[in-house]
Amino acid sequence: MKIGVVVFPGSNCDRDMYHVLTDVFHLDAQYYWHEKGLPKNIDAVILPGGFSYGDRLRAGVIAAHSPIIKDVRKLAERGIPILGVCNGFQILVEAGLLPGVLLKNTSLNFMCEWTELVVENNQTPFTNQFKIGQKIPIPIANGEGRYYVDESTLEKLKKNNQIVFRYAKTVNGSSYNIAGVCNEDYNVVGMMPHPERAAESQINPVDNKPSSLIFKSLLNTIGVKN
Amino acid sequence: MSLDPQELEDLTSKIGRKPSSTELQIVAAEWSEHCSYKSSKKHLKILPMDGPLVISEKGYDSGVLDVGDGYVVTAHIESHNHPSAVEPYGGAATGVGGVVRDILSAGTRPIAIFDGLRFGDIEKDRHARWLFKNAVSGIADYGNCLGIPTIGGEVEFDKCYTNYALVDVASVGFGKKENLVKNHANKGDLVVLLGGFTGRDGIGGSQFASDSLESEDRSAVQIPDPFIEKLIIEAILEARNQNLINAMKDLGGGGLSCAVSETADALSIGIEMDVDKVHTRESGMHPDEIMVSESQERMLLITNKTKLKKLQEICKKFRITCSVIGYVTSDSMMHVKKGKKTLANLPTDVVANANLLDRPSKKPAYLETIQKEKKLKPIPDYSKMMMKFLSSPNIASKIWVYGQYDHEVGIRTVVKPGNDASVLRLDNGKFLSVKIDGNPKQCYINPREGAIGCFEEACRNVVCTGAKPIGMLDHLQFGNPENPEIFWTFLESLQGLTDFAKFFKIPCVGGKVSLYNETPSGPIKPTPLVGVLGLIDEKPQMPQQIMNDDILVIIGNTKDEMGGSEYFEYIHKFIGGKCPVVDFAESKKNMNAVLSIIQKGLLKNVHDCSKGGLAVAISELCMINDIGCDVLLEKVPGEELDVDHVLFSETHSRYLLVLKQDNLKKLNAFLKKNKVSFNQIGKFDGRQIRFNKNSKNIIDLRVDKAQKTWINSLRELVVHG
Repeated sequence: MKIGVVVFPGSNCDRDMYHVLTDVFHLDAQYYWHEKGLPKNIDAVILPGGFSYGDRLRAGVIAAHSPIIKDVRKLAERGIPILGVCNGFQILVEAGLLPGVLLKNTSLNFMCEWTELVVENNQTPFTNQFKIGQKIPIPIANGEGRYYVDESTLEKLKKNNQIVFRYAKTVNGSSYNIAGVCNEDYNVVGMMPHPERAAESQINPVDNKPSSLIFKSLLNTIGVKN
Repeated sequence: MSLDPQELEDLTSKIGRKPSSTELQIVAAEWSEHCSYKSSKKHLKILPMDGPLVISEKGYDSGVLDVGDGYVVTAHIESHNHPSAVEPYGGAATGVGGVVRDILSAGTRPIAIFDGLRFGDIEKDRHARWLFKNAVSGIADYGNCLGIPTIGGEVEFDKCYTNYALVDVASVGFGKKENLVKNHANKGDLVVLLGGFTGRDGIGGSQFASDSLESEDRSAVQIPDPFIEKLIIEAILEARNQNLINAMKDLGGGGLSCAVSETADALSIGIEMDVDKVHTRESGMHPDEIMVSESQERMLLITNKTKLKKLQEICKKFRITCSVIGYVTSDSMMHVKKGKKTLANLPTDVVANANLLDRPSKKPAYLETIQKEKKLKPIPDYSKMMMKFLSSPNIASKIWVYGQYDHEVGIRTVVKPGNDASVLRLDNGKFLSVKIDGNPKQCYINPREGAIGCFEEACRNVVCTGAKPIGMLDHLQFGNPENPEIFWTFLESLQGLTDFAKFFKIPCVGGKVSLYNETPSGPIKPTPLVGVLGLIDEKPQMPQQIMNDDILVIIGNTKDEMGGSEYFEYIHKFIGGKCPVVDFAESKKNMNAVLSIIQKGLLKNVHDCSKGGLAVAISELCMINDIGCDVLLEKVPGEELDVDHVLFSETHSRYLLVLKQDNLKKLNAFLKKNKVSFNQIGKFDGRQIRFNKNSKNIIDLRVDKAQKTWINSLRELVVHG
């Protein structure tokens, strides 16, 4: 069982994600530099947050053309669980692995605050331990976090059950308050909030159990062999 | 951008010949006030620098503290005032970049940023609003991109900063003691310039910052690129892990001139370098420009031939440029060449050590009368006044500021911004609490006691989290030191900080002096800033939700010390009165008592009582916890005072404690035994914040209304004002 944490130039939540995977959930994780390939037998891939390429041009767009994305795409097609958090979500969207776009927040500012998510789809590799409607206290930290899709795509997302998380109340002007979506096969998930910042009681001022379920869901999906 | 006649004469006599043009540029940069500390250096020696936890090494740009279990914390503070006053976005952003590289220079990873921001009256002055808004964006964009959380600081507005800005940035680093870079160099080692390209930005920045701000010299302002800085951080830490760095220094004020001469002087070596080897942003740069450019995101490294290849591989991985610009010699000379031609050849100790000055000082005339109070207009309705007070820029919540900073990245932030001090968890199970504080209003009235007050306030803030102060950073910001009255205020503040540091045995681990902070309309008020680092061995005091029937206790006497208070200055527009004075013995007693009670786990909340006095501190507890409180002012310990003085005096050494009724007996017993002045002054309940005196209601506010105005007013002012 091995989880790849992809590192781009400018990624800055890679070490946080690695810490939570290894020290908190005792998973076997490894960093993969964006120019390297991913092994075929990897069990899951996580694209962490940060400012890949300094958010130049548009958040995530340059990283979406990194060599490693070819492998991510292949793994995605094979149904391997893939999670993009914050900038990782922006990269997956720019790579066309997830629908929609992420625009500047309606406040026009970077926003770092604690918010609450509602689970809408509990059939993904990252949400299968949740109940539908379950709440997750979790922080956001982004400038371009406003998820946008046009009306017809939104209807399609609803129909296909591709909306994974919604904000409990309006936060940044996202379409339908969407905070996270998945692909049609449910194995590729992207979310703007940071589960790795909410999975430990020491740093979560509300309750760390719900965010932990994101990692426990992954554990449940790929199986624990240790 | 040149030496004064006396300095030119000194230089000529020291080197025994007429200096070349490049030599003049190099020396002018290094002998500027900004780089040489020529006005202040003699005096700074009085600050205590040593302590059981302090690790000193030659050539460090940051202070190093041993936090046990093989780990160290590094800390440094810098300001970027002149650039921020001209170009607030770039000035503030590069201020972050500079201090972060100081932390990196020791070989530690930067784990937190703190900012102290000061501007003119943003309610009336649109320019001040513009400066404020853009400085905040600059800090946010830079720190967020680096993935270093900005977790604390302070924001203050005062007319004395009209057309000016004080942007102070502190950073803290963390790492293994064994990974600290032990600066050393041998003859033949290579001198490497790593990172950003040298361009025509920040030319003469240090001299620009060593004069009063009269013109907007934009070419002296540096251009920020946080992405390059992020790559440098990762590349340097990787190189450090592979032990590829013999010595390291960041390029800041004075650019290459200062980095090369100071490194050579600190390590007692010589350096020969070739300007043609420096990677530049544009062709045709004059050698003198290359030597004094303050382009950002550059580091100077000393390595050797065998390590170079690995270093180059790391740079290739991160796609950053590194150039071998020279090598180490044994002659203690700084030898700058262009190809084969010598441009400068100077003894490093001459370059790195300007003649120190003994400037005259004289007590300012205004201080003779400033402490006199005048009769102020009575306040007809304190509730109404209080609502105005809560919405005033200095008192209002700063959530609009820290909400734009990523304060969670790094997943160390245990106590978040918006509390007295933020707390970070460290890898050895301990916690670090840090706070920076300044108080120019009090320092103007009494430069010595005001400075002590800043120090005590920063200590109080970290004590409120359960941390014991282990080190301090000072940043002394004043006007033109050539004015004896201003220089007197500098010396007084420095003496105050020294007295407090010695009494409490808190070593100064880093600092900075910034002079010439003035515009054509005058100097700033004396603005010493103090950062205090506190260590928590076991667990921090986490703020807990206050519930109905919880008890409010105050520790410390409230005294008639209204001078420099927000109440006098904002409500009555009166500058003057008696400045709060810290009683060292009482301060120590109260500090130790609070730390002991926290350790006993008796408290739900501990809050410092400072700006805006008791009235604001209690209201903050109510607004943050969404609960009302009934306060009995007659129970507040201290001499009998007028009601507004009890409410708004900013006496130091006071703490508000919130606890469950069940713990009250234990608390009383402990405080009585330790002879601490304290009293139970209120009880939390309901939806109203009420201050009463002898059964008469003085202030009555609805919690939700108070919250709304306190939380939103700053954003409203900046966005719509």
